[in-house]
Amino acid sequence: MHCGMCLPTCPTYDVTKNEKHSPRGRIALMRAIADDKLELSRAFGEEMSYCLGCLACETACPAGVDYAHLFEVARSDVERSGVMASPTRSTVHSLVLRGLFTRPRLLRLVGRLLWLFQASGAQSLVRALGLTRLLPGRLRELEPQTPRVLPRFSHELIRPVETPKEAKRYRVGLLTGCVQDLLFADINRDTADVLLSNGCEVVTPAVQSCCGSLHAHNGEAETACTLARRMIDQFDPFTSDAIITNAAGCGSHLKTYGRLLAGDPAYAERAAEWDRKIKDINEWLVEIGFRPPEAPAGHGHQEVREVTYHEACHLCHGQKITKQPRQILKSIPGVKLVELKESNWCCGSAGVYNITQPETALILQKRKIGHIGASGAAIVATCNPGCHLQLANGLEQSGSNIRVIQPVTLLAQAYKN
Amino acid sequence: MKIDASSLRGELLRAHPALDVRSEAEELLAYSYDGTAALQQVPGVLVFARSTEQVSEVLLFASNRGIPVVTRGSGTGLSGGSLPTPGCILLCLSQMNRILELDPANLTLLAEAGAITAEIAEAASHAGLFYPPDPGSMKISTIGGNVAENSGGLRGLKYGVTRNYVMGLEVVLPDGEVIWTGNKCVKDVAGYSLRDLFIGSEGTLGVITKVLLKLIPPPAARKTMLAVYDDMENAARTVSAIISAKIIPCTLEFLDRVTINCVEDYASIGLPRDAEALLLIESDGHPAAVEEEAAAMKEIALAHGASSVETASTQEQAAGLAAARRTAFSALARVGPTTILEDATVPRDRLPEMVRHIQDVAERHQLRIGTFGHMGDGNLHPTFLTNEKDEEQMHRVEVAMKEIFAKAVELGGTITGEHGVGVAKKAFLPGAIGELNVEVMRRMKRSFDPRGILNPGKIFDLSPAS
Repeated sequence: MHCGMCLPTCPTYDVTKNEKHSPRGRIALMRAIADDKLELSRAFGEEMSYCLGCLACETACPAGVDYAHLFEVARSDVERSGVMASPTRSTVHSLVLRGLFTRPRLLRLVGRLLWLFQASGAQSLVRALGLTRLLPGRLRELEPQTPRVLPRFSHELIRPVETPKEAKRYRVGLLTGCVQDLLFADINRDTADVLLSNGCEVVTPAVQSCCGSLHAHNGEAETACTLARRMIDQFDPFTSDAIITNAAGCGSHLKTYGRLLAGDPAYAERAAEWDRKIKDINEWLVEIGFRPPEAPAGHGHQEVREVTYHEACHLCHGQKITKQPRQILKSIPGVKLVELKESNWCCGSAGVYNITQPETALILQKRKIGHIGASGAAIVATCNPGCHLQLANGLEQSGSNIRVIQPVTLLAQAYKN
Repeated sequence: MKIDASSLRGELLRAHPALDVRSEAEELLAYSYDGTAALQQVPGVLVFARSTEQVSEVLLFASNRGIPVVTRGSGTGLSGGSLPTPGCILLCLSQMNRILELDPANLTLLAEAGAITAEIAEAASHAGLFYPPDPGSMKISTIGGNVAENSGGLRGLKYGVTRNYVMGLEVVLPDGEVIWTGNKCVKDVAGYSLRDLFIGSEGTLGVITKVLLKLIPPPAARKTMLAVYDDMENAARTVSAIISAKIIPCTLEFLDRVTINCVEDYASIGLPRDAEALLLIESDGHPAAVEEEAAAMKEIALAHGASSVETASTQEQAAGLAAARRTAFSALARVGPTTILEDATVPRDRLPEMVRHIQDVAERHQLRIGTFGHMGDGNLHPTFLTNEKDEEQMHRVEVAMKEIFAKAVELGGTITGEHGVGVAKKAFLPGAIGELNVEVMRRMKRSFDPRGILNPGKIFDLSPAS
């Protein structure tokens, strides 16, 4: 069916008004290639790169087309066909995607070095001296957006097993992520705290690998499967009540392990169980009936009042989780939730999109920052590290004082008070 | 094909270097369909026009060389109206999408043909005014497309259709001449009403580039009710009784049993699965009138066999009640890979007979057909839940469609209330309106478009035997 209801929700169609850059158009291309009516060419590869993978089309589609799956397969086919091959691309894919992001200890080392570079003042010096001009084109443009690495990573903040003070109701695994671990380990700590405050025993292995979302979304299907297997080995779904993720972008992919490994007899059963157990933190809290906090978040004049909410694409479209984060925000005394205009329109972060498609990412970022500014809120809440960075960067660039905080952090603060 | 596209592109650019012409295989493929199931044809070349002048240039170019031109907005039509023809120039107006003027003193709105209908409605709303026609595709369909197809919508019974709101049109004729027909006057009888010829002409007489629309004051209040029936006849009698009582509600929509069950499967609203019909009734207007009307309609419904009537008391509740009708299409679309939405229409009082006939056709041809639609104006949407890759089933669908159209005509109705003839219903047109009617239309077509370049093969063919 090609009714076209996806078109008005597609950010790339909105910008170009060109059917080629719409979900309906992309699917038509995929279908033509599958039917041998069209060759898989560079034009197709570029088109699939241009697609954000935001899945707004899935939400709009009356017929329930599984665009996420089609998108992954298409990107994987593009990768295998080599139509987009270039020395840079091959290097990045082999060194970064297949090399770095499959080795958690190495990734941590790189993170640690970056922290050192930043904390020692070296980064400021390099920038002040204009040495970043020595970087190749794209890296030079992106350099100012380099996120701040925190001094301590998740394994230094969270013990492998933490038990709640009151009666234990559940036993859950906590995923610390890759990017999340390096940049937002404090949010992982907040997640653990919130779980503990709700009767959950939290199991957090010290060394965890990337979940493979990055790989699945960028055409590295085999590596994605390898990482899925590793995850399942590390977190036995049969002995946990739930396995918690606090990164929307990952959560969406994590819930597809069942399909990913359905053909592997050694993992199929566990992968199916994994799908049932994997939960976004907001989803889980509402499911178990979280304890509403009695105190507000923040202190005195820093008390959190007007909050607006940006919906991470992979949470609202990819996982259909829309009510729960709002419920959590509204449960905090003093919080007034202001609805954000186009709250579910992509912010442009889209995984590595602001590296691969910086112009479009910027257009989307500006649009989002505009709405956040107009909302009148002092805080914008979101549930994904990618979005978090994109919003924080955008707000800083626009000279705004609005802060970006995740709902689970606000809840943790409220519990502490 | 690719070579032809490139050379056609080259020719166009030599004549008019500023035109945005595309010939890449992937792009042409993206423009090879509209919203109609199972129809696909790659165009010869694609042009994005950004001004009336550019449209004129393209048509003059095409006219001189005898190249067909197919016009498109968002490509959401349901009868193949913007389906390309082989070797054609696909003229896409999606980039000509500005709202040019809103005149609150004269209650008019002027927009380029590619403007999205929902955005027009929103602009009207911001100005405290109302643009009533609400086709189901309005979030993405363009006003030019709506005018070319004379689109309807749920509010048709009370408020009329797109035609009733077109005050003027800027149209480019096949040889590139630009005419303006109509104006902001409420009354004007100077010469033939040319704009009325272009409305619903499905791109075969001229290319619409600007639309001047009439806006009206918005209703102050609205009330929503949902009535459940064990018998389709009772639902239909309710509708007749409401009209006889001189009440014209804003919305009078129904769902049949197949549709109700699909909606329940999909959205679990809590609808009774054994109900034969659901009526969604909405009244709008002055608050006092709305209260009176709603109360009267509730009484009528109950008096004519409704097993229950629920009235919404908040906007949220109203949305909840309307949800059944709004999710009908989505719910039906989930059942199979191909969903074919038709729009056979009959006079209001023949509706129950028509619905029974459709159910009978479905049974005899072993097809699943859900029917929903605008009971107030007899515009039904029999929806085939099928699979275009199943050739045998598609053949049965064709036969079933023939029977449905034949019945509609027999009952004094039409083969298409809103979606247009395009390609999909071309074969049924002579049977529906008679050969002489079609012949008169051919005479008109020949006089407007002697070279036959505008959307050839749509609505009817120029020679009878084809």
